[in-house]
Amino acid sequence: MSSVLLSAQALSRYYGQQQAVQNVSFNINKGEVLGFLGPNGAGKSTTMKMLSGNLAPTQGEIIINGYDLLTEPKQAKAHIGYLPEQPPLYKELTVKEFLVFCGQINAISSTKLKAAIDSVIERCGLTDVTQRLIGNLSKGYQQRVGIAQAIIHSPAVIILDEPTSGLDPIQIKEIRQLIRDIATEHSVILSTHILPEVEMLCDRVQIINKGQLILSDSIAGFAQQMQTSHLLLGLGFPPAPDVLENIAGVLSVETVNDGLFKIHYSPEQNPINELVWQAAHQQWQLIQLTPQQHSLEDVFMKIIRDETQHSGQGV
Amino acid sequence: MLTLAKNELYRLFLSPLAWIVLALSQLILAYLFLTHIDYFIQIQAKISAIPGAPGVTELIAIPLLSNAATLLLLIAPLITMRLIAEERRNESLPLLLSAPLSTLQIVLGKYCGTLGFFMVLLFLISLMPLSLSLGSQLDFGLLASGLLGLALLLASFTAIGLFLSSLTKQPSIAAMTTFASLFLLWIIDWAANTQITTESSNLFSWLSLLNHYQSLLQGEVNSSDIAYYLIVISTFLILTLRRLDSERLN
Repeated sequence: MSSVLLSAQALSRYYGQQQAVQNVSFNINKGEVLGFLGPNGAGKSTTMKMLSGNLAPTQGEIIINGYDLLTEPKQAKAHIGYLPEQPPLYKELTVKEFLVFCGQINAISSTKLKAAIDSVIERCGLTDVTQRLIGNLSKGYQQRVGIAQAIIHSPAVIILDEPTSGLDPIQIKEIRQLIRDIATEHSVILSTHILPEVEMLCDRVQIINKGQLILSDSIAGFAQQMQTSHLLLGLGFPPAPDVLENIAGVLSVETVNDGLFKIHYSPEQNPINELVWQAAHQQWQLIQLTPQQHSLEDVFMKIIRDETQHSGQGV
Repeated sequence: MLTLAKNELYRLFLSPLAWIVLALSQLILAYLFLTHIDYFIQIQAKISAIPGAPGVTELIAIPLLSNAATLLLLIAPLITMRLIAEERRNESLPLLLSAPLSTLQIVLGKYCGTLGFFMVLLFLISLMPLSLSLGSQLDFGLLASGLLGLALLLASFTAIGLFLSSLTKQPSIAAMTTFASLFLLWIIDWAANTQITTESSNLFSWLSLLNHYQSLLQGEVNSSDIAYYLIVISTFLILTLRRLDSERLN
């Protein structure tokens, strides 16, 4: 049995009358990266805030490394590192001063403090900016300081809330690399609304929508969900749509516009090969052939549709 | 808790605000100090003949401390406003809330840090009357009682300011409400003075921050006055604590 580092049971959270999170339960095991996926306003941040002890759940319990977050908050909080959406930084301090302070409030003994700071500075690539004021750093570096702050006390679980939002593509790449490095030593919970990020970083995925957990799956299972059965075909000299429909494996053809078709096919028989062959031989002038990936919305729609179907069968 | 207090004090001194407050309050009080000395020199000849006449401490040091209290009433909200409101605005509060610290530690840390700043200010203020001891005989007992009064007053200002700062996200609103509350508590005994003593006016005069300070300025260290300040301080610290806790719950 793998050891469970964080376990959330039946979490619910109301804001007044509005229910932001509804009966969410999950575990995270040692060395695992858990992706929390959902559209904006789905309850991701609320869940993250509850896990980090910034918000008390209306119902449910959170056990971190054997300590109940509600009854033994101090011990439990010592085992988590949290980076909210907006990195919590004191902009008037230098990077080093800030990290010293973070180390101290996280109860790192003064003998180990220096080593801990040096190690996070190196891991987060902050070596060149230790003496600079945090307020003068770029957003990417500020995010790194935020991550450094979360990992300085080597917590068992690190909670990152949309760590790549608002960064440019190069910074995003660097931060993802950093998260991957961190994941070798810590368990990570990551919230995001970007699909590829989850595929790149996570071992397990949970999708949350309207406060409810609608999917919890391994990344492989999730990839299955992501697989689609349609592709986009662009032709310079298109034949009549029914010619395309007669190709083996094609289920239906939708004309998007002149020369652009959306081809649905059965997953058992992929018609790409046949389509390319035909296009070459009949001189349809192939311009575009794109396998379509589900967008997050599509996946949601699919999962929600599946769920309602299941419950319909149940009745 | 000490770490937090140290950090609070350190960050306060990183901002120009702290230095400006220190410099300007010194400037204004130094001017008042000089006018008090001037006045004392004028009347010195007349009162020297009277036995048991007020001395240097009564005529210079105590009025100075009384003026300092009024000045600090204006300054304190500016220093306390940022305590929690600004952390909220910068969204840096989660840093403290997700660290293994209890809410009590956070509140006390912030409180002690700010109080540290005011104690520096108090020290600088006390240097002025102490400098008189170079050329004159001071009533150290009276001076100590006055300084104790000012320290307790400042500690109460800080507690009230901290609480009002925990209620809002806007430092300026925190400053305004703190100023209004302090001012109200300052003048609330006017109601007591203008009317014939009734039970309610007694209550008002008991509530007044100024009233209790006055008796300390006269050299009377009553445990009831000290208890009043301690009650004010602990009440507002507990309210802050409750406020931060309830924020997590609601």
